[in-house]
Amino acid sequence: MSFTVELIICALVLLGGLFALLGSIGVLKMSDFYTRLHAPTLAATVGMGSLLIASIIAFTVREQRLSAHELLITLFVMITAPVTAHMLAKVALHQRQQSVANTRNKALTEKIRKRLPPE
Amino acid sequence: MVNRLRLFWFPSPWLSLLLFVAWLMLNNSAAPGHLVLGALLAIAIPRLTARLGDPQPTMKRPVLAIRYVLRVLGDIIRDNFRVALLIMGPNQRLQPAFVALPLELHEPLPLTILAGTISLTPGTVSVEISDDKLWLYIHTLHLDDEAELIAHIKGRYEAALKEIFEC
Amino acid sequence: MLNLALQIAIGMVSIAMLFNLWRLLLGPEPADRILALETMYLNSMALIILFGLWQGAALFFEAALLVAMLGFASTAALCKFLLRGDIIE
Repeated sequence: MSFTVELIICALVLLGGLFALLGSIGVLKMSDFYTRLHAPTLAATVGMGSLLIASIIAFTVREQRLSAHELLITLFVMITAPVTAHMLAKVALHQRQQSVANTRNKALTEKIRKRLPPE
Repeated sequence: MVNRLRLFWFPSPWLSLLLFVAWLMLNNSAAPGHLVLGALLAIAIPRLTARLGDPQPTMKRPVLAIRYVLRVLGDIIRDNFRVALLIMGPNQRLQPAFVALPLELHEPLPLTILAGTISLTPGTVSVEISDDKLWLYIHTLHLDDEAELIAHIKGRYEAALKEIFEC
Repeated sequence: MLNLALQIAIGMVSIAMLFNLWRLLLGPEPADRILALETMYLNSMALIILFGLWQGAALFFEAALLVAMLGFASTAALCKFLLRGDIIE
């Protein structure tokens, strides 16, 4: 493995680890559920994405043939992440979880729960 | 005649293509055996499941769809760094908000793609859609200007989806 | 150099999983716990992929794919249960 390829893989691996960590820090430190919901998106998109690209490059170089099956995981995570986020938000609304005090348009919450138009 | 044959063997050509590529990726090889088996699955599965789904609008402009995917990927990477900074900053400086987004798309498939795009770009999550399918409710981590956010989503994503599906 | 980077990344993801565990215990609501669990699934996938890179074995890909599918199915089932009080209606 040449030095530049190794350097690229190292950078991608570290970026992926960093974004996984950032997503989890967000889940831990945010003050209400609705803001916490945003944090795992970091881990699901750039975090997983850069790790999987690093894996593709590493195995392609090592085995001297294209190894792209990691893209399948990226695809799967990218498709399921919005679905789980939507379901979790529905659960929080259903259980009448309170959003943090400085949330703007807080009056909309009840309308959203009943799926009514805003007016 | 050609059209009827196509409808019979490939009720949803994009699903067939996706299944074929997914099969090759799952086995991580393009050996002739896998090509044949993948092609068989790509014809058989959409054929067997064609009656289960509702008819959906088809993609009319595939080139624009590729441009849309690349644009969304670029936005995801850019927003990731923006949101990473927001997450590391103090919680009090955030201005979370619920926003009601008026919709012009009404077909289920483009709407799903729009909601998925909004959820995938960090910083915004689509929470719920109103029963009359005229409003999409989203939650943002940090809101500077409500009108600007709505204009951004409508101009950058919704208009592009309208062009792709021509509806 | 790659080994060092992999070790640092594995360390970061492990700390991330500890944070998720903390949120899982902290709650306070069931939805927060499901969110913590889902993030934990993501992090365990990252950990499996990093471990596969470290060992140089492509076999770990299947494990990561299975974890991804189980993670989605379990999150969906838990959400459905909280929304409806029932998983299969």
